[in-house]
Formats: sequence, C-alpha cells, structure tokens
Amino acid sequence: MNTLFDKIWDAHVVQQIEDGPTQLYIDRLYCHEVTSPQAFAGMKQRGLKCLRPAQIFCMPDHNTPTHDQDKPIEDPVSKKQVDTLAQNAADFGLNHFGMMHPKNGIIHVVGPERGLSLPGMTIVCGDSHTSTHGAMGAVAFGIGTSEVEMVLASQCILQQKPKSMRINISGSLGRGVTAKDVALYLMSKISTSGATGYFVEYAGSVVKDLSMEGRLTLCNLSIEMGARGGFIAPDEKTFDYLKGREYAPTGEAWDKAVAYWKTLKSGEDAVFDKELCFDGADIQPMITYGTNPGMGMSITDCIPTLEGMGEAAQASFMKSMNYMGFQPGQRLLGHPIDYVFLGACTNGRIEDFRAFASVVKGKKKADGVTAWLVPGSWAVDQQIRMEGLDVVLKDAGFEIRQPGCSACLAMNDDKIPVGKYSVSTSNRNFEGRQGPGSRTILASPLVAAAAAITGVLTDPRTII
Amino acid sequence: MKQKFNIITSTCVPLPLENVDTDQIIPARFLKATDKKGFGENLFRDWRYDKQGNPIKDFVLNDPTYSGVVLVAGKNFGSGSSREHAAWAIADYGFRVVVSSFFADIHKNNELNNFVLPVVVSEQFLQELFDSISANPKMEVEVNLPNQTITNKATGKSEQFEINAYKKHCLINGLDDIDFLLENKDKIEAWEKKNER
Repeated sequence: MNTLFDKIWDAHVVQQIEDGPTQLYIDRLYCHEVTSPQAFAGMKQRGLKCLRPAQIFCMPDHNTPTHDQDKPIEDPVSKKQVDTLAQNAADFGLNHFGMMHPKNGIIHVVGPERGLSLPGMTIVCGDSHTSTHGAMGAVAFGIGTSEVEMVLASQCILQQKPKSMRINISGSLGRGVTAKDVALYLMSKISTSGATGYFVEYAGSVVKDLSMEGRLTLCNLSIEMGARGGFIAPDEKTFDYLKGREYAPTGEAWDKAVAYWKTLKSGEDAVFDKELCFDGADIQPMITYGTNPGMGMSITDCIPTLEGMGEAAQASFMKSMNYMGFQPGQRLLGHPIDYVFLGACTNGRIEDFRAFASVVKGKKKADGVTAWLVPGSWAVDQQIRMEGLDVVLKDAGFEIRQPGCSACLAMNDDKIPVGKYSVSTSNRNFEGRQGPGSRTILASPLVAAAAAITGVLTDPRTII
Repeated sequence: MKQKFNIITSTCVPLPLENVDTDQIIPARFLKATDKKGFGENLFRDWRYDKQGNPIKDFVLNDPTYSGVVLVAGKNFGSGSSREHAAWAIADYGFRVVVSSFFADIHKNNELNNFVLPVVVSEQFLQELFDSISANPKMEVEVNLPNQTITNKATGKSEQFEINAYKKHCLINGLDDIDFLLENKDKIEAWEKKNER
C-alpha cells in the first residue's frame, strides 16, 4: 500500500464493482489503425458517440510504408485500414495525425514527444507497448479492442487492479550498456511471465540516471516480462523534458501541474506485493538467441544447455533453437548476420540514432548487410537532419527511411526474408515476427551498429 | 459474438507448448481486416500451413484424431501483443474454452470479452490432462462455469478455477462490459466533476 501505483489508480476509480473489476477513468486514449476498426464498428452498430472525443488521439503507424508516404499505399488492404482510421476519426470528431502529417509517427513515440502523455495520467491504447508512456510517471497499459470500444464509449474501462512490484536497479551501468540492455537483462532473469499480473515501478540509481528516452525504452519493454505496465516516478528530469512541449500545460497551469506531479512518488513506507533488486554492474551488452525476449544473454556468453530443463521446457527450447538455426551451448559472438533494423517504439528516438551514428561514424556498412534505419516520428526525422546525423549515416553507407513501426512487426513491406538473421532494436523475436521465417536477434542500437559495420555479432565495447 | 455460457462437455485439442505468443496464434500479416470475421481460418497459421498453404500434417489442428471445443495449452499462453484478433481467431475457429496453467493478462481479458473461457489449472492437473488426452484422444473434460469446476473425465479428478462474480454473471447471461458502462454514465460525469483539472 501507499505505492505510487495505488495513488494514481485510486485517484481514477469511478466505482469498484463488488467481487468484480474496477471502473477506471481514462485520461488519454490512443488509437492506431490495426486494433481500432472493430471498436469503431461496434460503436456505430450500437449508435454511440464518443463521450470525450478531445481526450482521444488517433494515428496510423503499423501499416505505413517507410518510403513514398506522399503516394497512396500500394497494398490495398493496408490502405483500407489506414483510410478507415481517418474516416472513423472524422466520424467521431477525434484528433487525427494521418500519414505525412508533421505530427505523425509511432504512437508511443509521438505521445511523449508532443507532451500528450503526462505524469499521473491513466493512458491506454490497443497496443501492448502502451507501457512506454509509463516513463512520464503515468499508469499506461495495453488493452484489447473490446476495451478500446469501452473507452471510446465511456472514457472508462473495467479492469482488475493488478498487484504491485518494484524493481530496484542499484549502482551504475558500464560503458556501452544501455536501457535496452537493462530491459533484456531483466527479462533474461525473470522470464517473459515473471511480472505477469503486476504493475511494475522501476527505481534505483540506474533508473534515476537514465535519460527520459532511456526510461521510455525500459518502460516500453515491461510487457515483455508479462507486466501489465511499468512506470517511473516523475522527477526534475521528467519536468524538464515536458516543459514547452506542444500539449503540456503552460503558464499557471504548468506551475499547478508540477506542484501536483511532485507529490507523485511511492511513500517511504510503501509496501509492494513483490520487490526485486538488481545491480547495474552485472549488466553487459545483451542479445537474444531464441524466440521470446526472455531468451537473452550477454553478447559474450554462450547459449544455455538443456541441463536441468524439464521435458516441456526442453521441447519449447529446442523448437526455438531449430527455428533460429542455433545449438544449445553455442557462442554467438562473430556469428554472421544479414539485416539490421534500427527503430520501433523501443529504440526509434533521437538518442538511439545518435548512439547508432556514434558507432558507425567514419566507418562503412559491411557488404552484404541490409540496414533499415526508421525514425519513430517525423519529429525524430527532423532532429536527425538538424544535427547532421543524416550526413554521418549517409557517409557510412546508411539511408534513413520514413517513420512508422516498419520491420518490428512487418505489417508493411519491410519484411526480413526466410532464414535471414536480423539484429533488431525492436521488442520481439517471436517466430515470424519480422516476416515469415525471419530470425530476430534483439539488441541495443550500439550492438546493432557494431553488427552493421562488421557483418557479424560484435561486442560494441571493442569498437567505441 | 455474445454467447451464453453454462456447462460444456467436450473432447480436447492438446497443444503442449509453453509461451505460445499471440504472434503465433495469429500472425501480424492477418491483422489488416476491419471486421471480426474469418480469423479462425488463420488460427496458428504458420504452424498449421506450410509456405505453399498446404496443411502441415503433424500440427494438431490438422490431425483428425483430435477435435472438440476445448484447447489445452502449455503455460504462459497468449503472451506478447495485445491483439484481440488472437481471441477472435480462437473463438471463430470454434473453441469455447482454453485450459492452461498460466495465461498472459491482456489475452486472458480478450478471451473473456469474446465469451471464450480461460480456465487456469494447476501444473499437475494440466500434465495429467495432457497424459489422459495422449492415452485416449476421445476422453472428455467437463467445464462447469456455475460451479467453477473442471473435470478430467478419464481420471475423474476435478479442480476449482477462479473467475470474478461480475465476469461470471456476464458470461452466463451473454452480457458485455459496454452494456454495463453505459448504464453508469452518471457516475462517470460525477467523477469528472469532482476531478476537474
């Protein structure tokens, strides 16, 4: 009790249903084109209007091509989904940042960068990576389409209150170790179901020291541990980040908001249902070797052996090894790779592009490696050009594509071919995630950059 | 998709794999529809069909030995993406119940919102169920929602399962959450008034 999660949750309770879920008020609903059409159709079927249209923001991101966005989308099915979102936004009077709109981008990149996601808010979206917005000190979580419809209709959701967990990461991170490595490390320790049923508060010196963008990466990956969401208590860094952003409060309202935001922290006496502690010094640059994000290891380590694994676990593990073309016990350093993907709601922000550029600066992309560099939004794209990173990247043989989810889930044309290895800064290495038969190795922008210039899995610390 | 739910007795379809994620239940390339129909055809698409679209013989949905409206899966079923299309695919294929020792949160809610009942059993009950199905694919389970029990009819063993009273009431009566929320509009407006910002 007396956790920050309790404070924000309790402040949004409209009513508690006896022996049932909570009716929770939602401050912000984000909609993208994939998980919303059936919700809007349901609304139309029932003849309903949105209760609070001003609190709802829509933008396409999953289907958007990463080139020629000024032309109509070639795939007619993708085009229909994107057009349907625009039509629904118009029909229901909702905010809509369509393709080529200067505010368009991946919904989880746009929300924070525009100041739409604020401390103390409840935020939902039909997308599991909604946990990203937790970096702003908000309770943000992914929901299904039926639940999207609930929020469209009533600005509320029925939800069972999750248990609370605090993950403390003390000490500091070593050279070449990033927020992405922290998240992959946590998953490798507690598995993809280690936080199922919980809402996670990240704390400790490592978390405090992360930049806002690093925090966004960490919170983004909460769902990959099974958590309902993950968030970080807002602090001066949060306020500095938000100040002056387009939709953030201004003037007197800003002062009032900051005064409230400063109260948003867990009490000294807060009791969590579960508490875990890790040391930043134990974390190395990470990669995944299997087909779920929990199957990760330090880049210098060997894949685990079957020793001590139960029968069912062995079957799942070997299915994964066969899919990836790896052996238990194998060392992956030096393993050839074919594709590199920098982007996604996990690592598609300006700092990720800076990190990638810092490694490849003055070097050349390896022959035989195809690299897709996809900014998370037009704002990120603009910043890249303002800082001249586009020139650094171009000189090293890389081109920048147009914003969207892209090869993270390959709903557009950016598909990794069958059997090819992709070092990806995205969030999931599931079978077929980046295209049927694709083999994904999740990693940080630094590891991805090191692989891009060497053509093999490389410890970035040997380059930077 | 509103259906009333009471007692279901059925043979089972076993899927003894752990961490079955929603990308496997329905791959992303099938998420482009703007309605809820026809997802069952692509349930477990890449495990069920090869690249040419021919059924893969040894995948359980292509094996005529197994049938029924109860899917039995290894632990951590439905992890990953929040896509409700996974629940639509399961429901559209004809499953009414999914049994596992552990479900991912979002997917569990999505099943419930589509009148598919997720039944959480102990690891031991799950293993025995897999053993019973493998010994006799025609064996049945009884899933009794009013009593919140699941019975392995081969062994006669039963286990209680959890479901909150509200959701149980919804499933038994074929009601959904939006019906409930719309009835409570005054409470929403009262909350907004109190919390004016």
